This record gives sequence, structure tokens and C-alpha cells, in this order.
Amino acid sequence: MEPIIEFKDYSFRYRSQTEPTVQDINLRIMPGEKVLIAGPSGSGKSTLAHTINALIPCSFPGETAGTLRVCGKDPQQEGVFGMSKLVGTVLQDTDGQFIGLTVAEDLAFALENDAVPQEQLKKRVDEIAGIVNLKDLLHHAPGELSGGQKQRVSMGGVLADDVKILLFDEPLANLDPATGKKTIALIDRILKEEDLTVVIIEHRLEDVLYRDVDRIVVIGEGRIVCDLPPDELLSTDILKEQGIREPLYVSALGYAGVTLRPEDHPQHIESMELAPYAESVRKWFTAAPAKAVPVSDAPALEVRDLNFSYTPGEPVLRGVSFRLNRGEMVALVGRNGAGKSTLASLICGFVKPDSGEILLGGKDISPLSIKERGEHVGLVMQSPNQMISKPMISEEVGLGLTVRGVPAAEVEERVGRALKICGLYPFRNWPVSALSFGQKKRVTIASILVMDPEILILDEPTAGQDYRHYTEIMEFLRRINRETGITILMITHDMHLMLEYTDRALVVADGTLLADKTPSAVLTDEALTEAADLKKTSLYDLAVRCGIEPPSEFVDRFIAYEREHMRRAEQEGGAQ
Amino acid sequence: MNRFLSYEKKDTWIHELSGVTKLIFFLLWSLTSAMTYDTRVLLVMIAVSLVVLKMSRTQFRQVSFVFRAILVFMVLNVIAIFVISPYEGCRIYGSRTDLVRLWGSCWLTKEQLFYLFNIVIKYFTIIPAVFTFLITTDPSELAASMNRIGISYKLTYALAISLRYIPDIQDEYHRIKNAQEARGIEMSGKAKLKDRIVRTASILFPLLFTTMERIDTVSNAMELRGFGKKKKRTWYSARPLKRNDYLVLILTVLFCAVSLFITYRDGSRFWNPFQ
Repeated sequence: MEPIIEFKDYSFRYRSQTEPTVQDINLRIMPGEKVLIAGPSGSGKSTLAHTINALIPCSFPGETAGTLRVCGKDPQQEGVFGMSKLVGTVLQDTDGQFIGLTVAEDLAFALENDAVPQEQLKKRVDEIAGIVNLKDLLHHAPGELSGGQKQRVSMGGVLADDVKILLFDEPLANLDPATGKKTIALIDRILKEEDLTVVIIEHRLEDVLYRDVDRIVVIGEGRIVCDLPPDELLSTDILKEQGIREPLYVSALGYAGVTLRPEDHPQHIESMELAPYAESVRKWFTAAPAKAVPVSDAPALEVRDLNFSYTPGEPVLRGVSFRLNRGEMVALVGRNGAGKSTLASLICGFVKPDSGEILLGGKDISPLSIKERGEHVGLVMQSPNQMISKPMISEEVGLGLTVRGVPAAEVEERVGRALKICGLYPFRNWPVSALSFGQKKRVTIASILVMDPEILILDEPTAGQDYRHYTEIMEFLRRINRETGITILMITHDMHLMLEYTDRALVVADGTLLADKTPSAVLTDEALTEAADLKKTSLYDLAVRCGIEPPSEFVDRFIAYEREHMRRAEQEGGAQ
Repeated sequence: MNRFLSYEKKDTWIHELSGVTKLIFFLLWSLTSAMTYDTRVLLVMIAVSLVVLKMSRTQFRQVSFVFRAILVFMVLNVIAIFVISPYEGCRIYGSRTDLVRLWGSCWLTKEQLFYLFNIVIKYFTIIPAVFTFLITTDPSELAASMNRIGISYKLTYALAISLRYIPDIQDEYHRIKNAQEARGIEMSGKAKLKDRIVRTASILFPLLFTTMERIDTVSNAMELRGFGKKKKRTWYSARPLKRNDYLVLILTVLFCAVSLFITYRDGSRFWNPFQ
């Protein structure tokens, strides 16, 4: 059989760069295969994907060397339009690629551009809607759809073209965990039914492996590091070396001293061979120290029986009560549209509650304006671009003080302090545009910290970040939490984040607070994760299959162990 | 969130009409209204357009914002005409009937009042037609219609897609505005005008950057799905012309022709009650 995608000694260099972004690529993908391309940000994995749909070099010019054949054709010669008949690309941003005004129109978009007569168009749209389960939503506008539904529209939109290859560029980045799981299942089903080849670019390995993949290609610094079936890859140390997150159960097995073998089939925790290892895992569990839970009972923020609706009669939040203690790190989780952002808006005063109280340090804050609340509760938005408005770093960080009429000398002093906390002091006179995404994120955090708020609310602090940047941002937040005692509330989809970095999780579903307990208790509770569209951690399955009770304790010890591990590694790194 | 003048799907015969029909009706109607100063014709046109607006089941909340904006503009227009040319009516109607002395040698005349009255009712013939047209026409169907009457599809699609993203950008605007307000950048009336202009920049720049990012993704996504590949494209939402469309078109043409005939019968586009 001929490969459907074949790279031979392929290299590509962007026009603006001196070094090739990908080089010496030799890769063959056979028809019907499902291949995962993994690698940290900047490894060249997106570049590689864009050579397949011809965006590279047609839209992003540069120099290529070697050969690439997709369905026997050269993408560079076919161009983006030519390749769009063969390769369907599903982008990460589900809003950005929703082009039509309704689901039906978006599904029809590619066919319209091909001038397919209207009658055929409608027939084909119906067929596609059937494949991606959108029949009942054909006339809905994008604003009425959930993230998962929008992604199904994106998938349908490229399937309409009868493509041979489906290319997914980080399909899980914007989805809540349960929706991500459904997406992976849908990709798997379409692959089997529609006779396609699937290439997925993603660094969230564990989530993709929810369904079998044939091979995982790991990219590091522009080269292929390895190209192995998942069972073999998981039995090596390559992922760790490349800064890609291993599945949690694989890490746990590693801590227990287990050396995995491909014949154990570690691809799925549910079905892998565990019998020879259960004993070592149990031993590790008994030996591992329990997680020390920091206790503080000075309330920083209290929410009492909060009710809210945008339109009367359609409550968005119902009877929500909770409290944040001083110095805690708390996760606010739940599916898209469950009411998480609304809750943050209520705390910041962007909208007014129908009834209920919000207390800050014991005082009701309902008479405070948005600006006044801003001095106590700082909000950091998801993308730094949503906040940054000044060209220079120190100006941007000082903006909140300048507009409050704080004297220039004090502004300078406080900006300096905030920049030092955020590790940006050496860059204080740089333009913002010279910073990386993660550094910009820190600028926005510094611009909030400069006002000395008691509480920091972060909306999806790590969205779209790979493991290394994720760790960098989260370690930074943990550090300022420890050093300044600031209380941190994070709105997140990321189960790892919640497990590893927070003391408590508030679970919201359909406008009510479903649970308020430790992350390990949330993620080992099957009924709760189901109800809130979360995903139970694979550590739970591991604990259950090894006969460890209670599983949440296992999870706690795992996290504590990992923290200790990381701290030691840091110290050793620092000592050298 | 307040969104104004956006299409809302409803089940009326006006919604059922093809966008081409509504576009042609709207153009001819506006043309006729612009040409005629015949008060009788204008009054009939107001009556007809109000009935049409009523039949389209448009609610006031859908248009209130724009309606107020137009009213403000109209008042400014009327004042400007009066100040610049207080005897325009007398010149047109060839007579002068003084009513009240306003200041100095400036008199308010019956003719000027009547002339201004005509201007105002001209506004009111077009306002309901604009509203009906915009609120009952699906933007992508409108794009399809405009393409059908010969406008390049790239242009008409650009129009439709900007309508598609207006709500997204409005939401983004609110999000950014809130976050900046929390940092202390107030937009309320309390701040001085100069400060407000400077501070608006703190919302506009982030909005601009996120919008540019969005445009980048959208244009890539469109290209990846073959937009602009061929000279022609088809439209999922195009509606073929039906019996009602032809009826409306014929009636529109007849109505406009008769109106213009009545208007111009005596050689002037003004109807003169002063002779």
C-alpha cells in the first residue's frame, strides 16, 4: 500500500528566521491510520501540520527542502485551495472558524465555494449533519451553541468536502474535559465510518489516548524524536525528556518503581496489565506520606445565597454560597456555560445579583463600584491581549495606579515591587511586544498585583499552554500565593491544574454549586464528575484496580509526592 | 446584552419574501421618497410603511436605539436647514405668510414650517422601511440577494460575515471594558471628557488586537475551505422568487411610478397648498 502522507528529508524555514523550524523529517502515514503528533510549544509540530494543508508555504512563505507528497500530490503546487479538497483542517479556535450565520450555512460553506447547486447542497448538509449529530441544530446561530457543538460543526464543515485526511490542530484546547472526551470518541467513530486518515496535533496526550491511536510521533526542536505505537512510547522516558505530560497513571506507576513494558498495553488504564504491579503500587501508597492540608479559617471572601438572572425567570445562578479563606488557592470548575464566568462577574461587580450577599473580609461589598472592588479583587483575563493597552511594560503595570492618581514616585516603587515578584524587573523598560505569551501573561498579573488586591481571580490561566509553560505559570502563581498570602480563585477546565495546584474545588453545574471539597475528592467521585461534565482522573482507576481504599487518599498522596519530587529537583538544580 | 437592528427569525409573509424583493422594494421606496415633496404622496407612503412594519411584527425594543439616534439626527437636520436658510420654504412655494417674529428681522413663516414638515415626514416614510428591511432579512440571504443582482460575492460575503461577528465583538468589548474598569479606568460620566477619550484607548487597543487575531483565524479558516476559489459561488440560504415576491415587486414598481407621476404632473416636485 502507498502512504497517504509521505515526508522525505523534508525541511522548512520561515522567511523571517535563520534556522529551519522543522528539518530532516522522514515520516510515512498510511491510509486509515490515526496518528498523534505531540511536542512542546515551539517544537515545530504546528508547522509540520500546516505543511500538509499547504498553508505552509502558500500563506506563510519560506524555504522548503526535500519532498512531501499528500495523496500523491505536492501541496506546494496544489495550493491551499487544491489541498482543501483532500485535507480537512479543524482549527483550535472553534469560534473563529465558525463562518456561517447558522450551523447549516457553515456546513455548506465549502460546497458553496465550489458552486454546488443549491438542491445538492441541502442534501449533502443533511447527510453531514447526521454524521456529526447536528440534525436538530441546523438553524441555530453560533451564539446558541456550546463549545463541543461548535467543534462538531467545524468537523462537519470539512467533512462536507469529502476529504481523505482530517487534520486536527489542538482540538481539545478550548473544551471542558467531558466534551473533549466526546470529541475524541467522535473522531474515532468518523474515522472508522468514513474511511479517513486522521492526524491530531495535541500535547494533552492522556486525553487523546481515551481512544486508540496507531502511532505517536514526538517532535522536539524541529526533528522527529520518535515514531512509536503508544504502548511502546509509554514504556520509555521520551515524554518526560521532551517536556510532554505523561498520563498520570504512568507517572504514578513510575513513582512506585514499576518499569512498564509494551506488552502490558499501558495505552489505556482500564485495560492495561496491572496484576504484576498492583503489589508495588500498594506498597508505595502505604509508604507515601499523607498530604498536609494547610488550614486557615480567616475568611477572605464570602458568598451567601447568591441568585442571578440576565432575563427574569431564567436564573443563571441559584442559591450559591461558599467562602474563600485567606491564602487559599481554589478552583472554580464546571462545563462551559455553567455559570462560572457569571460568578466572577458578580464578585467583580460587573453585574448586580438579584439577591444574596458578597462579603469581603466580613464587609458587604454591594455599595462598592467596579473600580472600588478592583482594589480588593483583581481579575486577570484569559488572553493577555484582552488587557494590555500600553506599549511599555512599566507603563502597563502602573496603569491602575496612575489612573487612581497615585504620585509618580510611589507608582514607580510599587511597579518595581510587582515586577520583581513576577520576575519581570530586568525587562521593565522593554516594550510589551518583545515578550513571549507567558511573559505577557505575567505582565497582566503584575498589573493587577500592583494594586495589592486581597483576592486574585484568573480566568483559564493556562489555556492553550503546553506542559512546560503551564508548569511555569502555575509555579509562579503558587509562589506569589506563598510569598504574598494572596487568595487565588481560578476558573479552569484543566483537571491537572485543579488537582495539582488547588486546595479546594467549587463545582458549578446549571447555576448551582454542586460540590465544595478537595480536588481529589471531586475527581474520584463518579456521579459528581458525570453531573458536572468533568473527567475523573486516571489515578482513580489505578487505585481501584490496585484495590486501594479510599482512592481519593491515593490521589492526595500522589500529588504530595509529586510536589516533593519537584521541590527536590528544583533544589538540586539550584545547588549546581 | 443589547444588540440592535439584528435579524430576528419570525413567521410572517414579509420574512418569507426573498431578500432580492426586499432589497429592490427598499431601494425604489427610498428613491421615491427622496424625489417627491408631494405631501399627499408622502402621507400615503407613511401609512403604507407603517402597515408593513406592523405586519412584520417588529417590536419597538429591536429598533429603539437606532430610532432615537435617527430622531436626534433629524432634529439636527431640521435646525440646520432653518438656521442656514430660514426662507427656503418661501422661495420654493413662491409666497410668504409671516407667523411670528423670532429675532431681528427673522420671521417664522407658514411656508418654511410646511417645508420642514415635509422633510420630517420624508424621514418617517423611510424609517419604517429601513427597519422592516433590516430586521426581516437574514444577512446571508441578503448577501446572496446582492450577489444575484450583480454585486461581487466577495463584497457581499464580507458584509454578511461582519454581521456574523458583530455580536462576538460586542461581547468582547464588554468583557474588556469590565476588566479595565476593575483596574480603575472609568468610562462613566464622572470622568472628564479628555480623560475619557484617553481611557477609551485602553479598551480600543485590546479590542483591536483581539479582533485582528480573530480576523487572522477567520481568513485562514475561510481559505482552508476554498473561499474565493471560483468566480461564482452558490448560497445555501438563497431563496427563489415566489408568487408573493412577484406581486410585491409589481406593486412596488406601480406604486412608485404612480407616486412620481402625481408628483411631477404639474412640473414641480413640491405640492403647493399656498396657491
